[in-house]
Amino acid sequence: MANARFTGTERYVATPDLMMAVNAAVTLARPLLIKGEPGTGKTQLAEEIARSLERPLYEWHIKSTSKAQQGLYEYDAVSRLRDSQLGEERVRDIRNYIVKGRLWEAFDSDVQPVLLIDEIDKADIEFPNDLLRELDRMEFYVHETRELVKARHRPIILITSNNEKELPDAFLRRCFFHFIRFPDAQTMEKIVRVHFPDLKKELLAEALGTFFDVRDTPGLKKKPSTSELLDWIKLLLAEDIPADALRSDDPKKTIPVLHGALLKNEQDVHLFEQLVFLNRRAGR
Amino acid sequence: MLVRFFTDLRAGGVPVSLPEFLSLLEALEARVAALSAQEFYYLARLALVKDERYFDRFDRVFAEHFEGAQQVFEKIVAELPPEWLRQLTERLLTDEEKARVEGLGGWDKLLETLRQRLREQQERHEGGTKWIGTGGSSPFGNGGFNPQGVRIGSTAGRHRRAVKVWDARDYRNFDDGVELGTRNLKMALRRLRRFAREGAPEELDLEGTIDATARNAGLLDLKLVAERRNAVKLLLLLDVGGSMDPHVKICEELFSAARAEFKHLEYFYFHNFPYEKLWKDNRRRFSVSTSTMALLRTFNSDYRVVVIGDATMSPYEIEQPGGSVEHWNEESGRVWMERIAAHFPRLVWLNPEPEERWKWTASVEITRQLIGNRMFPLTLQGLDAAMRELKHPTSTKTPGAVPRAGRDS
Repeated sequence: MANARFTGTERYVATPDLMMAVNAAVTLARPLLIKGEPGTGKTQLAEEIARSLERPLYEWHIKSTSKAQQGLYEYDAVSRLRDSQLGEERVRDIRNYIVKGRLWEAFDSDVQPVLLIDEIDKADIEFPNDLLRELDRMEFYVHETRELVKARHRPIILITSNNEKELPDAFLRRCFFHFIRFPDAQTMEKIVRVHFPDLKKELLAEALGTFFDVRDTPGLKKKPSTSELLDWIKLLLAEDIPADALRSDDPKKTIPVLHGALLKNEQDVHLFEQLVFLNRRAGR
Repeated sequence: MLVRFFTDLRAGGVPVSLPEFLSLLEALEARVAALSAQEFYYLARLALVKDERYFDRFDRVFAEHFEGAQQVFEKIVAELPPEWLRQLTERLLTDEEKARVEGLGGWDKLLETLRQRLREQQERHEGGTKWIGTGGSSPFGNGGFNPQGVRIGSTAGRHRRAVKVWDARDYRNFDDGVELGTRNLKMALRRLRRFAREGAPEELDLEGTIDATARNAGLLDLKLVAERRNAVKLLLLLDVGGSMDPHVKICEELFSAARAEFKHLEYFYFHNFPYEKLWKDNRRRFSVSTSTMALLRTFNSDYRVVVIGDATMSPYEIEQPGGSVEHWNEESGRVWMERIAAHFPRLVWLNPEPEERWKWTASVEITRQLIGNRMFPLTLQGLDAAMRELKHPTSTKTPGAVPRAGRDS
């Protein structure tokens, strides 16, 4: 087993508990289930692990129509049928029509790979149950060719979930679980620094202040997250907005500039405007 | 010592199983965690807790277990009744340690010393904002990370940061108390699935293909159809407040289960009985509401309606105009309920009160008759029966129908 330890990368700030989670999952070769608010870097984590440990990354993005079998392999009966009509030679071997899924590809990898199963909660409620044996034993059986596919190296499996559906107990028991908390102000500063190393100090302070104020607004439908903060700062930089523009003491400006990057629906913008207005009146 | 932690976790309501515990031990053996409380906390949480809802419970058990009897200790700070401490230590200390206590001059002497030490520390720290760990020599262990230690306060030296993590109880909000029961509820709700082929054709239509190929004189002609998806539309009407308070938990469970299971799900709240207004946000119910007529216009008759309420109120609230406890209603609840029932032929009422209590409440009986006996208890079986009813309406819809159980055919 590899002894490399994951400690975050120059592009990704990992908290101590996250490092622990990744390292435990790598060492014991257990799947790691990652949950957290949207935009806290769940999917990116897999890319960064693969990059920092120098492993190939296989991504399997789950949709509501995904079936567990698609991750293993699919038997393309239709094209075999068609080939048989045309009298092709390859039709004799069923192997030609077995299409490998992401899980199989990961099992076949020469070095220990990183496999990302993204947004597992999007699939049908039974989906995780269909993967129990595969994740546990890291093997599966191909009925068409009667062969057993075994992982050459147990992949580092990362599974992300947005909590849209509850996952079955039997599945959870086989995983390690980590919940990415929304970063506190300090960590957030680090994260922004990683992405915008040349950002002026006062702009950063103002932007973070405004950001956490917006996040603390009660009743927002969608709270802005890390990725939205980064987008917003990118916009601020592109527009070359000075720090004092964010210090909006000007009563005419009710909400922060370029708020569209932070607030994603009109009800939220409206609510925020109202609150700011009320605050200002109370402040006078 | 870890076995006790394991049993404590289970007693504390964290669903931990043996394989998870074993994998924690495996991880410890593999030296994943360095020997620090902080790391151990992270590792234990990683391996044992599988849902952020349980993080808070885990934090509490962890704190209790590894801080020794801190909570008890805070209470006895003022007086230090010897009896308490003795009981505590009887429970916590091993025989060997007890012998050492005796060696230090017995309980009374020891308590006296401790009391004195505490007093000293308070003086030194000007009424001290928080308790400071005792230094070194007391058998009330500190220093090391001894689960049996009685630690004073939560700022003891080198574990300072670690203590902070679980004392902070950051995950309190996630502990909504919803047990894993929602999965069961979901399975029951699945009965309501009604599949329809909608959207892009992407599945092989075997029948159609065979047929078309045969017509094509054996040359393959593929036919595709759209995949079957759950097309059931569901409207939830939920009673909130007052007598429903004890049932909030089960309603939350049902709600979260339903939300995951149905694509077309709409919900509205009412208080005690539906009248001319319903609302979606309980905090802003008096300013933002939806008129029931608008609801009837918006949602067509193929919506299945599930009303959840205990139907426990004064009969006047149903029968009389102006009977509502909250506002003046021009028309009685009965009229509104009849309108709703007439518009939505597929309707059931789930009642969280136990079924045997229904007949003692006049308003429950009235409601039952009003909706043609389609009231079911909010249990798994009741839910199952209700879903069957929604799928294949069997009850007669005339008020005052024969009891469900006695019906043949």
